[in-house]
Amino acid sequence: MIALSAHRRSLLWAAALLHRASGLALAAFLPLHFLVLGLAIRGEAQLEDFLRWTDAPLVKLAEGVLVFLAAAHLLGGLRLLLVENVSWRSGQTRLAALGIGTAMGLAFLFLVRVL
Amino acid sequence: MNLRLYLWQRGTAALMAPLLLVHLAVIFYATRQGLTAADILARTRGSFAWALFYGAFVAAAAIHASIGLRTILAEWGRLRGRALDAASVAFGALLLILGLRAVAAVVLP
Amino acid sequence: MSSSAAPDLSVSLWRGGTDGAYQTYAVPARANQTVLDVVTYVQRHLDPTLSYRFACRVGMCGSCAMTVNGRPRWTCRTHVTKVAKGGKLKIGPLANLPVIKDLAADLRPFFEKWQGAKGVFAPSKTRHDPIEEIRPDTPARQAADAGVECINCAVCYAACDTVRWNDDYLGPAALNRAWTLVNDERDAGNRDRLGTVAAAGGCHSCHSHQTCQEHCPQGLNPTLAIAGLKRATVQAYLKGEIKG
Repeated sequence: MIALSAHRRSLLWAAALLHRASGLALAAFLPLHFLVLGLAIRGEAQLEDFLRWTDAPLVKLAEGVLVFLAAAHLLGGLRLLLVENVSWRSGQTRLAALGIGTAMGLAFLFLVRVL
Repeated sequence: MNLRLYLWQRGTAALMAPLLLVHLAVIFYATRQGLTAADILARTRGSFAWALFYGAFVAAAAIHASIGLRTILAEWGRLRGRALDAASVAFGALLLILGLRAVAAVVLP
Repeated sequence: MSSSAAPDLSVSLWRGGTDGAYQTYAVPARANQTVLDVVTYVQRHLDPTLSYRFACRVGMCGSCAMTVNGRPRWTCRTHVTKVAKGGKLKIGPLANLPVIKDLAADLRPFFEKWQGAKGVFAPSKTRHDPIEEIRPDTPARQAADAGVECINCAVCYAACDTVRWNDDYLGPAALNRAWTLVNDERDAGNRDRLGTVAAAGGCHSCHSHQTCQEHCPQGLNPTLAIAGLKRATVQAYLKGEIKG
């Protein structure tokens, strides 16, 4: 069929894809997150065991990815709310890039502090 | 998406923006201090403020995520009608139940 | 012609219906050649059975939009030198629409959605009323003016991924038209119109990718128009003027 390619090379399109992908990833992560915290119902020892497991560097790296996803989804969502609710501003591409860069910076900061 | 779903999704988004900022700050604080489970639970158990904070967060996240998932299932999964509604409501209910259980586990004395 | 320095263009054109395929033709390269000129050359000199659509050839009528090297464009105002990489052109019918034959897409869904978005002027006066004075400098008139230059070429509709993923979505052009009429103080159909564009498949399906704005040959910004509709429908809903 007629395949389009050009429109997906735009940064705004990539930002929208990142927003969707990060939302999906966070939605998939949340039930696990909640199950782990639910361990505290059976006493703090269980939760403590889990927290010590998360000290492993690989797990910390995964947490850094989660920080990036949460921050990217937050900032991407704020930009969307701005587009939808405030009178139009140009420079959305720059704003989207700034949001993604800030999310990366936050995740990097997190990793530097915990590793 | 129709107007009502839009309002719920954008409304919960606006509500969660400050909540998520605080949550990120809590994550940075807790990992920096190397808090143990006992440290964390000592701060949260019996705290009405944390119960309210995370209770609202969980409820908003459940609504927001189920509507977002609904859109994705419709656009990328080609789900329609009742199957679409059932899938998104089921996911929202799962998040709400597991989330409130987690909040209860952490804040109930 | 064959003795001139520029080698022929290699032009792949979509032939057939939905299950068609690309067929390649050699077309002489010329100075100041538009993509529409290339298509016309093939039809006049190489294969008279080639079907395509055009009318004005000067960017006014919106008839000649096609997919050119993976991007929807108005072909009469697109110069070959701007888009042909290495002398190669791949031209197909507009995406997101059924194919009638060759380069002609079936624009019925596009115009049905235009109607579906209540993109038709609803008069508030009769011929017996005096002509209303419209000031050009009010914010509403300026918002209407900003969107009114749409030529219905369906380039935005073909480019939009939300249209691609959501069959019910009215699309950028129809919603831009609705926003133009919402801002037209002579129009009397706004409650109905806002109610319609607030339903499933209406303005709230838009993800603000801004692909429409990026592709619009007229330089319009349908994303802005749709954001305006989102606000206007929310206000009308909160005031109880429309149902959710």
